[in-house]
Amino acid sequence: MIRVVLPPHLRQLANVDRVVEIQVKEPLTLRTVLDALEARYPVLRGTIRDYTTQERRAFIRFFACGQDLSHEPLDAPLPETVASGAEYLMVVGAMAGG
Amino acid sequence: MSEVRVLVGTHKGAFMLNSDGKRKRWDVSGPFFAGWEIYHFNGSPADPDRLYASQSNGWFGQVIQRSNDGGKTWEAAGNKFTYDGVPGTHQWYDGTPHPWEFKRVWNLVPSFTDPDTVYAGVEDAALFRSKDGGQTWEEFPGLRKAKGNLWQPGAGGMCLHTILIDPSNSKRIFVAISAAGAFRTDDDGQNWRPINRGLISPNELPDTTAEVGHCVHNISMHPSRPGVLFMQKHWDVMRSDDAGEMWHEISGNLPSDFGFPIAVHAHEPETIYVVPIKSDSEHYPPEGKLRVYRSRKGGNEWEALTNGLPQGNCYVNILRSAMAVDSLDSCGIYFGTTGGQVYGSADSGDTWTPIVRDLPAVLSVEVQTLR
Repeated sequence: MIRVVLPPHLRQLANVDRVVEIQVKEPLTLRTVLDALEARYPVLRGTIRDYTTQERRAFIRFFACGQDLSHEPLDAPLPETVASGAEYLMVVGAMAGG
Repeated sequence: MSEVRVLVGTHKGAFMLNSDGKRKRWDVSGPFFAGWEIYHFNGSPADPDRLYASQSNGWFGQVIQRSNDGGKTWEAAGNKFTYDGVPGTHQWYDGTPHPWEFKRVWNLVPSFTDPDTVYAGVEDAALFRSKDGGQTWEEFPGLRKAKGNLWQPGAGGMCLHTILIDPSNSKRIFVAISAAGAFRTDDDGQNWRPINRGLISPNELPDTTAEVGHCVHNISMHPSRPGVLFMQKHWDVMRSDDAGEMWHEISGNLPSDFGFPIAVHAHEPETIYVVPIKSDSEHYPPEGKLRVYRSRKGGNEWEALTNGLPQGNCYVNILRSAMAVDSLDSCGIYFGTTGGQVYGSADSGDTWTPIVRDLPAVLSVEVQTLR
């Protein structure tokens, strides 16, 4: 079970708490996690990845295990501690403004 | 007993202002979609309980919300806005080619007859339509063929911000785009052509009377006379009596002919309203006095409406979609400001009162008259 932390706007949109738990089939990558997340919460389609290009939206970042994964290839394996559920994968709205 | 529901989109959520036909006491509900920009919030003429809201922000993109019960409950509809084919390029601010990129929905206009049919004007400029209550969207690519490669963004972006459907002929639709101009289809969106003859933009365009490129801010019509159009341009207030074939200026004695919204009285097709703004670099009322100007003669001769509006130290703006009228016997008119006030008048603009004072910046105002 993967644990994903969503930012407040997306929690409101999907009507979920801060952390959502989702089942993801191997291989465990950013792409497969986002695919599973959007399949379970279709309202999130287009809010994290661009609908057309499927690229990460410009003001979205991905953090896990104290690292910034935003610029990792979408098909790169996620850290083992995320795969085991010990660590969260955080979807973060980039700091902008005040 | 009649009721009025004012739908307000703001920089940080949507609000509903409800009153009976007297329009003296108001019940304010919201924010809905708190923290999100609501560029437009509109109701279906065919079913007033069907509401649509354009919800977006720079982080998470575009969401379309739909209510089937007058705003008591909401559900997210479809948000996949994909341009037809390869959209190519339009002009950037400096005139260089720039690829077409979807950013947000500026305008949602439901059909007069079918609550499931709704039109969406988007940035970068294009027109979409849904026939299934907003679940799926299809573009009218013929619009971009009307010299779309020469369109350019205004200060707010290259947005299709105004959609007017001819109430007597749903195959005729008018749209306005900043900064491209006004366009019309007579065949339900298949073919479009610019309708900008008579517009002059000496400070914005190298060819001052170009076929496209004019910064049109808003267009209005009275439903009984769909061939008569009123336009607030970047500078100049304009009028067309032939469905946009030719425009002529009606700015007359206005203190400034720069502004954003323009509205038509519900029962008097020659009575129109604008809110003059000082200039394109100073987006606030001249002299710090918030004045709605009314012409009862279809333009040229204007009177200032000030009763109840601040006449000093007022430096708000009134955005292009932020003025609307109700259709009660004594016509009500409403507008919202970037300072978060929504002002209402129940007597055609003679007197005004603030319905709310401290909302987030108001992006849009629409009115439903519920009988």
